[in-house]
Amino acid sequence: MTIVDIGIPKRLVEFTVDGSTVRVPEGSTILDACAAAGKEIPTLCYGDTLEPANACRVCMVEVEGSRTLVPSCSRKAEPGMVVHTDSERTRTSRKVVLELLASAADLSTTPEVARWLAETGADPDRFGPDAATVAQPAIVDNELYVRDYGKCILCYKCVDACGEQWQNSFAITVAGRGFDARISTEFSNPLPDSACVYCGNCVEVCPTGALSFKREYDKRADGSWDESRQTATTTVCTFCGVGCTLTLHVQDNEIVKVASPHESSVTHGNLCIKGRFGWQHVQNR
Amino acid sequence: MDLKLLDAVASRAEREAVAGFAGGGRDQLLPALHAVNDRVGWISQGALNLICETLHVPPADAYGVASFYSLFALEERPERVVHVCTDLACRVRGGETVCDVLTEHVGAAGKARDGVTWLRSPCLGVCERAPAALTFQAGDPATTELVAPATGASAVLAAQREPSASDGSPPLIHQKDGLRLLRRVGVVDPSSVDGYRATGGYAALRNALRMGEAAVLREVTDAGLLGRGGAAFPTGRKWAATAAQPAGPHYLVCNADESEPGTFKDRVLLEGDPFALVESMTIAAFAIGARQGYVYLRGEYPRALRLLRNAIEVARERGFLGVDVMGHEGFSFDIEIRRGAGAYICGEETAIFNSIEGFRGEPRTKPPFPVERGLFGKPTVVNNVETLVNLPLILTEGAAAYRAIGTEASAGPKLFCLSGNVERPGVYEVPFGTTLRELLALAGGVPEGRALRAILLGGAAGGFVRPDELDLPLTMEDARAAKTTLGSGVVLVLDDLADLGGFLLRIAEFFRDESCGQCVPCRIGTVRQEEAIRRVLAAGTEERPLLREVGGVMRDSSICGLGQTAWNAIESAIDRLGALQ
Repeated sequence: MTIVDIGIPKRLVEFTVDGSTVRVPEGSTILDACAAAGKEIPTLCYGDTLEPANACRVCMVEVEGSRTLVPSCSRKAEPGMVVHTDSERTRTSRKVVLELLASAADLSTTPEVARWLAETGADPDRFGPDAATVAQPAIVDNELYVRDYGKCILCYKCVDACGEQWQNSFAITVAGRGFDARISTEFSNPLPDSACVYCGNCVEVCPTGALSFKREYDKRADGSWDESRQTATTTVCTFCGVGCTLTLHVQDNEIVKVASPHESSVTHGNLCIKGRFGWQHVQNR
Repeated sequence: MDLKLLDAVASRAEREAVAGFAGGGRDQLLPALHAVNDRVGWISQGALNLICETLHVPPADAYGVASFYSLFALEERPERVVHVCTDLACRVRGGETVCDVLTEHVGAAGKARDGVTWLRSPCLGVCERAPAALTFQAGDPATTELVAPATGASAVLAAQREPSASDGSPPLIHQKDGLRLLRRVGVVDPSSVDGYRATGGYAALRNALRMGEAAVLREVTDAGLLGRGGAAFPTGRKWAATAAQPAGPHYLVCNADESEPGTFKDRVLLEGDPFALVESMTIAAFAIGARQGYVYLRGEYPRALRLLRNAIEVARERGFLGVDVMGHEGFSFDIEIRRGAGAYICGEETAIFNSIEGFRGEPRTKPPFPVERGLFGKPTVVNNVETLVNLPLILTEGAAAYRAIGTEASAGPKLFCLSGNVERPGVYEVPFGTTLRELLALAGGVPEGRALRAILLGGAAGGFVRPDELDLPLTMEDARAAKTTLGSGVVLVLDDLADLGGFLLRIAEFFRDESCGQCVPCRIGTVRQEEAIRRVLAAGTEERPLLREVGGVMRDSSICGLGQTAWNAIESAIDRLGALQ
């Protein structure tokens, strides 16, 4: 007989979102509840496999009785809470936060942002041509991935994935502070000199393309990266006995990227260097 | 944890600096970084590597922490560094002139020459003697010298020679009658526990131990003591909530990271009456069931550090700290000082925890609140210095007598920090309810017969008050009704010659500099705010709608109080003074 752990039964919490009553299991966040109700709340720093850093402030909602807006990705639903996701305050906040981000960083490879900017009526140019940005040259110091910090929104996901939440390599950190804060190795040393083990889990969680696989970066540079021509095939990694689930992204009969499904109970989206990068031999013809 | 360390090797001086930390954990990171920075003047890759090896911290993590604090240098820097305050009060009193003279005679800020460099500094907390310059000289031992008030000539001299052993003059207070909080300041030797006891010291702790924890909690609650750090939260409620937490241990943190520009009251208490803080913390610890307390002290307060360190050591020797405090069996308590390293944000109650634990001083998301999960994830009370120093009054005079001072909603005496264009700058103790006009009169008004232009009340995160609003009674409730705040007790006076635009720009620069960078509204919003103010001042453009929208979102969506208040003073200057038109 197979024993299946179905966990401790959870009580339901009843609260109000935009006038409708919602019931969610105790411990759910407002964002969980909204997603379950089919209501879209934009997020950037939220990671489905990471603890919320709630740093980007794109998912702010209004909770009656709260002096400030609250981040829906981390705030737990409480009984009787009255939440507004689409009030004047939340719309203004979302618009301005997106404007601030888009005026400071290159969001051209961030999925969904162009649509959100249009929907909120954001105008990042209104801060003027002299607005400070984080623009800087991309760092290519190894054969596996590229760090293009001009696209970085400082969501902390790569730091969390590299650190205690997943990989325990602690190769990267947030250094400096304020607008000068940046993702960095110790003393900005090159990645090959750092504690990096090239698992690529930081690239996996990066929401903006500030971290990307070298293959993808090169193909984007020469114009040959085309997701519409790509297929995704799920298989099992053959390198060791763990049996991690791999998703092979194939374009023109060539593997261009390897990922892993975040919902996989084995990997939760994480891989090691072999699973992530050890696929060249497949197509060495 | 498998650490991948750097190849770099520490020098002999660096090894000596780190030697004392063997066996320590991550929470010793900040002290270890201080030890190297104090000894050598900067933190090399070799030194960081050694610290990481000693404390088992990954190098990238330690770099992230070290680079967070402005007093640490991660590139080679001369042993002598002169920090010249260019913040609000010093600006009003000629701080920029000091910078100009230094530029002319010593070189540009940040440029090393002849073993010295000078830097522009945020508020050094000696606003009553503005403008101020503070020299740090690395070595064994490291020394400091405070020059205040500084002139161009005295600042150049400070840059050119080794600091004298002085860590500054004793604090100045002016009025002598009716003082409670300040009654020992300048009167009793701050290094003598006998002097402290001869003037009533430790009577309150004795009373507290006799009354028992529950009665102390009740007394403090009944006294209506509100937190004096700026948020005005009821102290008794905070204590009771922490005391009731089943998880242990409980911690007490004294927030002595006084970094709000224009604020220096806590420094005056720390320098003038350090035993009062030690006794007060012991009372608080008894009430909330804490065995360990931390004083998180700004790194820019060397004199306070020396006197407080002495007070803690002497108290320990005399049995006022340690096991069975004052012979009260079962009550043990001790205090550790943690020196900050130049980060305003570390005065935020949760950023303090990260800083003490050895992480970047970034605020945490609330909830959970500190009473539930604070330092090391345990129930924690954070109280400001001034708040704590009210406890001996409550426990010797009683809650009813304490309540008789001030108003119904704002009980007790209150310290205000007067600075700027005022005849006698200094810390003033008055009962809540004293009007701004009375306070200004106590300080001798605006000097040289000049007219008052405005008062910045509550600090850079506070708001402006006009000359026609001087009858405002200084209470939490009246300030709130007048849509301003007493904040940390700043009363910064500007006369009619004051450069209001430049003053507002400095406020904007301050928030841009001090933002931790964690959340977008604050990290980028403070930059856009500063840019807009620069445009108004340079070209007279209309930026008020943009400032309002960005400011409103900073207030609404920032993680912590820094971002939420970064637009307060500028908004009030626009609304109440007609600035930036």
